[in-house]
Amino acid sequence: MTPSQQAASNLGLTRREIIRRALLGSGLALAASNATLLTACSSTKERAESARLTPFTDVEIAWLDEVAETILPATETPGAKDAEVGAFIALMVTDTYSPEDQVIFRSGMKSLEAECTADVGSGFAAASPAQRQGLLERLDREQWEQATEHPDDEAHYFRAIKQLSVLGYFTSELGYTQAMRYAETPGRYDPCVPYVEGELSWARHA
Amino acid sequence: MAKTDIEFDAIVVGSGISGGWAAKELTERGLNVLLLERGKNVEHLKDYVNARKAPWEYPHRGMRTHAMEEAYPVLKRDYPLNEKNLDWWASDQDSPYTEVKRFDWFRGYQVGGRSLTWGRQSYRWSDLDFEANDRDGVAVDWPVRYSDLAPWYDHVERFAGISGSQEQLPQLPDGQFQPAMPLNCGEEMVAERLSATFGGSRRIIPGRVANLTEGLPGRVPCRYRNACWLGCPYGAYFSSQSSTLPAAVATGRLVLRPFAIVTELNYDADTKRVVGVRVQDAVTDNTTEYSAKIVFLCASTLNSTWLLMQSATDIWPDGLGSSSGELGHNLMDHHFRLGARGDLEGLDDQSYYGARPNGFYIPRYRNVGDDKREYLRGFGYQGSAGRSDWSRAVRELGIGAGFKDEMAQPGSWSIGATAFGEMLPSHENRVTIDPDRKDKWGMPVLSFDCEIGENEHLMRKDMMSDMAESLEACGVKNVKTYDAGYYPGQGIHEMGTARMGRDPSTSVLNGNNQVWDAPNVFVTDGACMTSAANQNPSLTYMALTARAADYAVGELKRGNL
Repeated sequence: MTPSQQAASNLGLTRREIIRRALLGSGLALAASNATLLTACSSTKERAESARLTPFTDVEIAWLDEVAETILPATETPGAKDAEVGAFIALMVTDTYSPEDQVIFRSGMKSLEAECTADVGSGFAAASPAQRQGLLERLDREQWEQATEHPDDEAHYFRAIKQLSVLGYFTSELGYTQAMRYAETPGRYDPCVPYVEGELSWARHA
Repeated sequence: MAKTDIEFDAIVVGSGISGGWAAKELTERGLNVLLLERGKNVEHLKDYVNARKAPWEYPHRGMRTHAMEEAYPVLKRDYPLNEKNLDWWASDQDSPYTEVKRFDWFRGYQVGGRSLTWGRQSYRWSDLDFEANDRDGVAVDWPVRYSDLAPWYDHVERFAGISGSQEQLPQLPDGQFQPAMPLNCGEEMVAERLSATFGGSRRIIPGRVANLTEGLPGRVPCRYRNACWLGCPYGAYFSSQSSTLPAAVATGRLVLRPFAIVTELNYDADTKRVVGVRVQDAVTDNTTEYSAKIVFLCASTLNSTWLLMQSATDIWPDGLGSSSGELGHNLMDHHFRLGARGDLEGLDDQSYYGARPNGFYIPRYRNVGDDKREYLRGFGYQGSAGRSDWSRAVRELGIGAGFKDEMAQPGSWSIGATAFGEMLPSHENRVTIDPDRKDKWGMPVLSFDCEIGENEHLMRKDMMSDMAESLEACGVKNVKTYDAGYYPGQGIHEMGTARMGRDPSTSVLNGNNQVWDAPNVFVTDGACMTSAANQNPSLTYMALTARAADYAVGELKRGNL
């Protein structure tokens, strides 16, 4: 077992499980992954079939880019849009989420758009940077409180959006090589080196 | 059926850790060896196609997709299903099996087997382990003791290249180690406190690992990429490809045949010897027979046993080696997936550089010396300390520029460890042939009936709570235990089902790994294990294989085989 697998194992979670839990809340995710609640799935399954699912459109991908960019904006280093995080989110939802999870994710996108309209009178794409920041800070607090206070409940929809944005950004080439420091072959192991606050992480290879 | 004219001195079935060692040791002692591997060839360096791929070049960044989960219904049960080295895991659809009880069987069907993907942790066993069955009145006594294996541990450690520290622990003997990969600041801090708190009984030591810290012929020391399971461009970890196969090839006496599924050992009742093997080509389905004076079964624990079960059935309906009634029985693994972790304070001005493919180890201390528990045997821990990375971003509150830049910096320190526990041998835990189900090649598959028992359940309580106790005693904060559950096989340390012993009526193999009923057949992979200990088993397979090969060549020369 590699240390990174070990780390996941230390947490008792595979990376996939981490995503599932982030998305659904651990109780539901575990039940779903064990396929023990087959009888409960029919309505969700129907929902999934009806939503099976039109591919993400360019407009939706651009919208995801804007949301991800608000979470991880360009600073001295590139932002989520530079790293094409919107397209990555669309790919991951399509290829790795179950049909049921895809439905939940898509409805989360609609919810976010609806909340934005209710808050500021326009959709996310037309909202100002300050309005976007304000909305996502509120949603982030909601998802964080829900995960902290009710970890067994279904997760807030924003948690999956944030999770995929973060994953997509920091595992992109720009994330590895510009947001962080990347050495393909470190060449040596220094077990203790002084760390000065502000220094960037060394990104892991594997 | 084709019959080949060439008679080999020895046939080795399987090219993983054990088979690679058998091929090396036998060819170096002058034998002409045919090495048969059921899967495709994987050439050292050339076929490590992802070793230099950047992490962002994987479309799903290494993670699993629906399509992968559908194609690998078994592999998906745990971490091995991933986007990066999927080619090195066997197809669950081509090679199904039957589960009376759930058993996670993660296989590597290619040249090199799972030596390409193994975790590389390499620990000697001691007489605490080899005497355990006899002392406890469990199963049967090992027919060997530590003194029988010690010189062979020396031999395989020197050649494989094991890095580690000398610790003078009777339950975990020292060896011929290259310099250890050091503990980092966080691990060192906890190691000092742990040793002081528990009077030296609980100790954190550097993991002993088959990664080089000094060069060996044709191999470069570890470059700290921690990408071992993609194949190493430097040959810095032990695999058949990097280590044993080049040595065997260099003798000029090795013939390697990939895509060769051995379906039966040809047993001659008159001489009470196996005279050769039948091979089915995995691509064409053509069958060929090869003959040899001796056969080494190194096909991995359960496939070696499967092959015995498929052989000499006209004499023993349950197969060669079944006269004892123990063939297929006493299946073992290491139970794990539980432990504890917590936060380390006071080290925010320290970090580390390089990706060490290793961690720390806490050797067994339960039921050692004067310690007595309500269960038999014990467990060790494998763990590491480090600073968190960007993946903490979902747990933490935050949006926007400041948040992004903060997540690009290392977070706080934490430390954690997972326990690996010994599983007792039990006659009830077994595999059988399922005659009603066939694999892609028309061969009947194995059926698994195996579970952990009361002893393991009792041990698991300690495995989890001890780690929390140790961390808390060392000042680690926010200590949390975890138990992710365990099914046999998940340790990927399958052992037993053709055990060694002292008596042909209760064991399949003798003390030199010979099948009692066919002494020119040697089984030296995990199938031979009489008990499981708690240490990772591969180093012991290497030592047993080298020892058996030396014995086999001696017996051949003496005209006894």
